Amino acid sequence: MTTETRSLTTEQSPVAGLAHDMRGGISNPVLGMILFITSEVMFFAGLFAAYFSIRAAADIWPPEEFGHAVQIFPLVGPATVLLIVSSLTCQLGVWAIRRDDRTGFIRNIGVTVVLGVVFLVMQAADYAILYSEGLTLSAGTYGTTYYTLTGFHGAHVFAGVVMLAVVLYRGLAGQFSSRHHDAVEATSLYWHFVDVVWIALFATLYILR
Amino acid sequence: MATTALHPAATGYRSGLYEWVTTTDHKKIGILYLLNSFFFFLLAGVLALGVRAELAIPGLQLVTDENLYNQLFTMHGTAMVFLFIIPILAGFGNYVVPLQIGAPDMAFPRINALSFWMLPLGGLLLFSGFLVGGAATAGWTSYPPLSEDRPLASTGPGQDLWITALILIGTSSILGGINFLVTIFKMRAPGLTLFRMPILVWTVLVTSVLVVMATPVITSALIMLFIDRNYGGAFFDPSRGGDPVLYQNIFWFYSHPAVYVMVLPAMGMISEILPVFSRKPLFGYKAFVFATAAIGALGFSVWAHHMFTTGSVYLPFFSLMTFLIAVPTGVKMFNWIFTMWRGKLTLATPLLFALGFLSMFLIGGINGAFSASVPVDFALHDTYWVVAHLHYVLFGGSVFGVFAGIYYWFPKMTGRMLGEGLGKFQFVLMFIGFNLTFFPMHMLGLSGMPRRIADYDAAAGWTDLNVAATIGGFLIAASMIPFLWNVFVSLRGGKVAGDDPWEANTLEWATTSPPPPYNFDRLPEIRSERPLFDLRHAKATPAATPPGPDRTQQLPPGH
Repeated sequence: MTTETRSLTTEQSPVAGLAHDMRGGISNPVLGMILFITSEVMFFAGLFAAYFSIRAAADIWPPEEFGHAVQIFPLVGPATVLLIVSSLTCQLGVWAIRRDDRTGFIRNIGVTVVLGVVFLVMQAADYAILYSEGLTLSAGTYGTTYYTLTGFHGAHVFAGVVMLAVVLYRGLAGQFSSRHHDAVEATSLYWHFVDVVWIALFATLYILR
Repeated sequence: MATTALHPAATGYRSGLYEWVTTTDHKKIGILYLLNSFFFFLLAGVLALGVRAELAIPGLQLVTDENLYNQLFTMHGTAMVFLFIIPILAGFGNYVVPLQIGAPDMAFPRINALSFWMLPLGGLLLFSGFLVGGAATAGWTSYPPLSEDRPLASTGPGQDLWITALILIGTSSILGGINFLVTIFKMRAPGLTLFRMPILVWTVLVTSVLVVMATPVITSALIMLFIDRNYGGAFFDPSRGGDPVLYQNIFWFYSHPAVYVMVLPAMGMISEILPVFSRKPLFGYKAFVFATAAIGALGFSVWAHHMFTTGSVYLPFFSLMTFLIAVPTGVKMFNWIFTMWRGKLTLATPLLFALGFLSMFLIGGINGAFSASVPVDFALHDTYWVVAHLHYVLFGGSVFGVFAGIYYWFPKMTGRMLGEGLGKFQFVLMFIGFNLTFFPMHMLGLSGMPRRIADYDAAAGWTDLNVAATIGGFLIAASMIPFLWNVFVSLRGGKVAGDDPWEANTLEWATTSPPPPYNFDRLPEIRSERPLFDLRHAKATPAATPPGPDRTQQLPPGH
């Protein structure tokens, strides 16, 4: 949406062509998204710092009663694979629209949206299992950090799915081309960021245990 | 239509409420920022008067309920920091930065409007605590366990509203910071290279980096606090393996850089004002830029100097880094003083306030260096010395800078000059009131008076100094009356400013006052960091200039 705003403020104004953004280079929306992701990285850095600080002070981690609860299989491992694959399909979509292949673009973004939704469903199912085994948000520092970290990641996946759905909708309406797809580039960056956060989370919560 | 769009008269600022509520024009949004922030300045100022009135003499007279007293100083600090100083500087940035870089607007005008409108909403949430049984009481830092319900603190929904409001205001800051960065990196006029940018633009750039990288960290702390309070979380609960000091670490990782967010743009503003009223270029432009960047970078490595007495931080490192910050700050002091040195000073109101900034910020820096020394800090921690220090930096520094900026850019924003007589009267009143309020606090701190207490013993010997501070506080409040009257009179029929009343250097003075919605009909050629100076003196060919050294034009190549 910001591209339209830019064209209103610069291309149609009496000083059209004066601003630097007419000269190529990184586009305003993509730079804005990179900076936004920077701030998101710092947000997760705060949560990770809290996790490692609390974990370092704990005697046994994870606590004995939850040691068996948090498992890579059957749900979390496959969900991780799906999320990594979705990053791949997202990038295939970006490459497709860069060469004006709208069909390939829509197909790949469509698959990405579906994979994102499946990830969220699998996370919800995993939460249900953990809750039934007594690992809740209020079950001491382990439960609190586990749900805060994975929960905020899940919220970001949800936001990414919404953004991808908007991109898909606009793509179906024929709004993107090889010369005009800042929204696609920016959304794909966000999706890759969400993926990378999950890989860090997976490594922290499931491998470094 | 096309012709009217090309040559509209400079529009006044009375185009209806709807226009103001829906505007995406950076100038109108900037003015909205200023008005909203000034409203919260007055509100938080009234709360401070309540605190000062109660502290004037021993015993509880005015605020008989200590819980209400806690609400007063908590809301005073929170509103002054998050709803006044940070947003009013963002407001100046919003108004001035696109003009100074020759851009038609910010990079994302609608996100800009969103950033602004989160502020009144956040302010409303914050103050609505008073309606639901009491606002937050845990101080502007809201350390757990004080801000959680254990063991004895009785915090109601006010604390949750405080958290929600701060998350909202923080998000507004982050979006604003991103907007500034993209605008500054992508929207500069041709010829305006990075090292030709006005200093204010540089300081807003560094500030925005701090905002984008530090604000999300406090958001994470606030969210953890919210989870602890409402969903049985254990982050900061030591009885279940959590750690209250963790909150302090994460909080100050934001809130120390936030100190620079609150003072760097004010430094930028006085760096615009001092050269103009000294008729000289800024002394050591590049040194100033690098010093600003150094303050920003060092700002991330000193947060634990707020936590020396917790016993869980590595004292020598944080003490050393804190002392190091004095180096780039000293460079800036040097820049400012040598800008004025042998300049042709015009003692107009903007310069007076800029000088107020310079002298008061110097004291704020010196008394801060005392606290940076670990053994001294162990004695001064949580005493009124700290209150004196932070007010010398944030009021003596930032607020004097803000008023310098208001007097300097008011003609550009409204097309009218503010009265000089009333302006000087306000400055004198505010300067005396400020020092009368906060200088005695040094002595109070040294004699051991703790912060955040509602009452003290008459035998403690603190009464005289507290009476002086209270009188000073009311003088500061009184100094707002000539200011508001000045604005009122000026808007009704002040002296018409013209495009460039100060014979300034930067691009915002190359357009009309107030500027048209699209800012510029045409831009002057930009070959230095002072394009308007070049424009004024363009006719003087080298042969026509009188012989003799004209140091103002001997800039190194590349400027």
